[in-house]
Amino acid sequence: MAFYVVQFLTGLASAASLFLVASGLSIIFGVTRIVNFAHGAFYMLGAYAAYTLTERLSGAFGFWAGILGAALIVAAVGVLVEMILLRRIYHVPELFQLLATFGLTLMVEDLVVLIWGPSDLLGRRAPGFKGAVDFFGQNIPTYDLFLIVLGPIVLAALWLMFQRTRWGVLVRAATQDRDMVAALGVNQKWLFTSVFALGVFLAAFGGALQIPRDAVNHAMDLRIIVDVFVVVVIGGLGSIVGAFVAAVLVSELNAFGILIFPKISIILVFLVMAVVLIVRPWGLFGKPEAAARRTPGLTLNPWRPLTTQERMLALAGLILALAVPLVAGNYALTVGSEIAIFVIFAASLHFLMSVGGLASFGHAAYFGLGAYGVAFLAKLAGLPMLLCLLLGPLLGVLGAAVFGFFAVQLSGVYFAMLTLAFAQIVWSVAFQWVELTGGDNGILGVWPEKWAASPSHFYCLSIGIAALAVAALRVLVFSPFGFALRANRDSPLRSEAVGIDGKRIQWTAFVIAGGIAGVAGALFAYLKGSVFPDSLGISLSVDALVMVLLGGVDTVSGAVVGAIIYKALSIWLVSQTDLSKLVLGGVIILIVVAFPKGVVGVLETIRNRRRSHSKDSSLLRSQIESAE
Amino acid sequence: MQRSRGFLGVALALAVGGMADSAMAQSEIKIGEINSYSLLPAFTEPYRKGWQLALEEVNAAGGINGKKLVVISKDDGGKPADAQTAANELTSSENVAMLTGTFLSNIGLAVSDFANQKKIFFLAAEPLTDAITWAKGNRYTFRLRPSNYMQAAMLVEEAAKLPAKRWATIAPNYEYGQSAVAVFKKLMSEKRPDIQWVEEQWPPQGKIDAGPVVQAVAAANPEAILNVTFGADLVKLVREGNTRGLFKNRSVVSFLTGEPEYLDPLKDETPEGWIVTGYPWYSIKTPEHQAFLKAYQAKYNDYPRLGSVVGYQTIKSAAAILAKANSTDPDKLIAAAEGLSVPSPFGQITFRKIDHQSTMGAFVGKTALKDGKGIMVDSVYRNGADYQPSDAEVAKLRPKE
Repeated sequence: MAFYVVQFLTGLASAASLFLVASGLSIIFGVTRIVNFAHGAFYMLGAYAAYTLTERLSGAFGFWAGILGAALIVAAVGVLVEMILLRRIYHVPELFQLLATFGLTLMVEDLVVLIWGPSDLLGRRAPGFKGAVDFFGQNIPTYDLFLIVLGPIVLAALWLMFQRTRWGVLVRAATQDRDMVAALGVNQKWLFTSVFALGVFLAAFGGALQIPRDAVNHAMDLRIIVDVFVVVVIGGLGSIVGAFVAAVLVSELNAFGILIFPKISIILVFLVMAVVLIVRPWGLFGKPEAAARRTPGLTLNPWRPLTTQERMLALAGLILALAVPLVAGNYALTVGSEIAIFVIFAASLHFLMSVGGLASFGHAAYFGLGAYGVAFLAKLAGLPMLLCLLLGPLLGVLGAAVFGFFAVQLSGVYFAMLTLAFAQIVWSVAFQWVELTGGDNGILGVWPEKWAASPSHFYCLSIGIAALAVAALRVLVFSPFGFALRANRDSPLRSEAVGIDGKRIQWTAFVIAGGIAGVAGALFAYLKGSVFPDSLGISLSVDALVMVLLGGVDTVSGAVVGAIIYKALSIWLVSQTDLSKLVLGGVIILIVVAFPKGVVGVLETIRNRRRSHSKDSSLLRSQIESAE
Repeated sequence: MQRSRGFLGVALALAVGGMADSAMAQSEIKIGEINSYSLLPAFTEPYRKGWQLALEEVNAAGGINGKKLVVISKDDGGKPADAQTAANELTSSENVAMLTGTFLSNIGLAVSDFANQKKIFFLAAEPLTDAITWAKGNRYTFRLRPSNYMQAAMLVEEAAKLPAKRWATIAPNYEYGQSAVAVFKKLMSEKRPDIQWVEEQWPPQGKIDAGPVVQAVAAANPEAILNVTFGADLVKLVREGNTRGLFKNRSVVSFLTGEPEYLDPLKDETPEGWIVTGYPWYSIKTPEHQAFLKAYQAKYNDYPRLGSVVGYQTIKSAAAILAKANSTDPDKLIAAAEGLSVPSPFGQITFRKIDHQSTMGAFVGKTALKDGKGIMVDSVYRNGADYQPSDAEVAKLRPKE
């Protein structure tokens, strides 16, 4: 019995650590709607800064001053980031801020290694909390007890701050309806800055408090970021109490789950999130999201098919691309094939995101399923390559059909997180089912047949399929199905009123996107000759998201350009420098600031402005704007 | 939007076409080196220093039969797919004579499969998985570091002497952890049919929630524990274990923990008396090692980690293979490498003909605390040649060519 009590307390201590970081994320998201990917980076910076300070300052006072000082310093860094970077991009479409914070995360990962060196750092133990207390023969670390007490104290402090201060009232009002708060004359700028500072402070504080039990290292951010997102979503976005309950739930399930299933930790949080979201689509304590007001300016440039002239240009571009093997070497061609494959992948996600209005955080699942489909067919069934390429993506279609059915019942960030949960579940199956998938050692020897083996042939094959996929998606956008999908995206109520079955349309779009991602995965398997669980992983899903955002969500085919830029840049940087993350992150941030609608989005805006000037229709334009 | 692809394609073609034209100079031999520099700097930085030292020594001694040796190094970011892109660049654009390096097992396997497909010689430096020389071995791939099986066999030899009968295991939940535990259990149960395996914990690699894991293991009340975690996971496990008294009066056998990369971060929390494999650079007094240590410290003003030795020996071995083959033809390189004996800081090592595994060994000893730092004591070098299954078994494990 004593053991179960102690295990319960241990779970509570883990929950407290998780809650501190998650509460900050929840507050930031609730008010600013920023999906702060850099939250883990601030957590890590907090730990590094606390390490430096506590090593310098001696004694018990020095330790605690170091912890608090570290959190304050990092919060100040957060304020700078908010004022210099994020303020510029509040007005742009949702999720674009994710791109900026993603760039920031990449930079921080390299920076901490440059500043603090590559080795893991062991921080001091907390003075006064070094030992353990005996509980019927079981040891409970006193530091755990400290954390168990601290968690509810922070919760209470936050609750008081939000309920009893004017600032808290404003923050809660902004969480519900930030446009109305702005209309009432509240200076949003400083409200957002202070909220961001508080959120970052909590993240850094959570990180600093880890130094007596963890090793400070440059991978800390990735270890925590996904988990805290999950906790925030399980609890319900913007709900601090929800985040606390979710942290306790997840940690206790883990503490007791490993007693029965020792391998459960790897997937537990995602299983819990999938179950919670299917049963309660807005998390445990969340409320249905109010219909978002469309940001003015988005619908200014109605989509249109390419003109004949543009079609000829596109065709000429394709022919040029197909002529590349005449001049390029094998390496360039293989890189070209890889870029073409990622064009397909990004285009499929782009279709779901911009046409369907459904941002998926787990799109790699269908890419990877396509790749594994090919690997199974080629290695186990021994089918010829052409048949594998045709049938392999069906596994992606199947996965998308099953998961999509549940996912489209939700919307917004909840939809995104449910797709992430499904992707992680698929990943963990591929990772754990060693007999079938080879686990993380993957399936080797999936090489193309002779007719496609040479780099130039494979390049032409990839380019051809990419052109087909992009063209097919464009045709879909301007088909009745595409119009129905867009109608449902722009106004679910009105489209329902005219008899469009929104969920079915979205589900179909999800399956189409999954199938095309599967095609990309199938080609990828042959390009690399092997399949690893990596191709189902979070980082690939994030890559796809970055490509789409870089190109511009509000464009018809922006993802094509986004994929080319991102993939070419990252392959080139990785080859040229060990600090590729630092440079890539910097470039992404520059692009975010320079092209706040994505590269293609901004180019289109400029072109349209020119066109409308020449037609002198600016009067009409301003009317549309005011109508919004 | 499709037209942009055309423009970029041409730009790419021009850029890379230019590189391909710069044909390999006749007076030098290139080695393509791949490792997870950005993902695992704690291990790969000393590794890089090691191979840079070796490169300097090789060229100071006249290079490869008079030709200058050049190493072109690429980062794989910890992803198998990116490692293949790098391997492709090295072989297609840089025309390297052979590939070396890699740390993670899955990346080692990806590159070894690439090498097999493209018929390139590959000397794997770090990956531990048994598959790379056995189940998925191929004729183009050689491996330097003692395999999972070899390290397990070395540890079992010591562990079997312990009186403990009730054993628990803690290992990261991925291929390395799984196969380390599987081999250890198998060899251990052969030697000691009387022992029981009472508990196993499989925390996710890099994400251990140490408190509950330690508590769960303690609840099973084992007499001895096998640990396979390393890096930040190990630090958390040790800290929780120390506070909760998990290691008190229990024997612990631990993979890799004696390597400075993993032992040094533990500082004054280093648990004493663990049986570990590792690299006690401070107490190896052989002349080969002394020479290496002196050269390393003179160049870098830092002490070597195990990664340094591996990096150093990788390029030294590669140079020896290239010199003996006196050619960059892959078949000649394989012929030269099979059965080749080369000196190393750990003494003479041989690349076995039967499975292309080197006989480089490891030090087995016990952890101890000295001046607030973790060290290895009573360490003995175990020659890798002595910790292999019989040749008949190895032949059965490797796929037929």
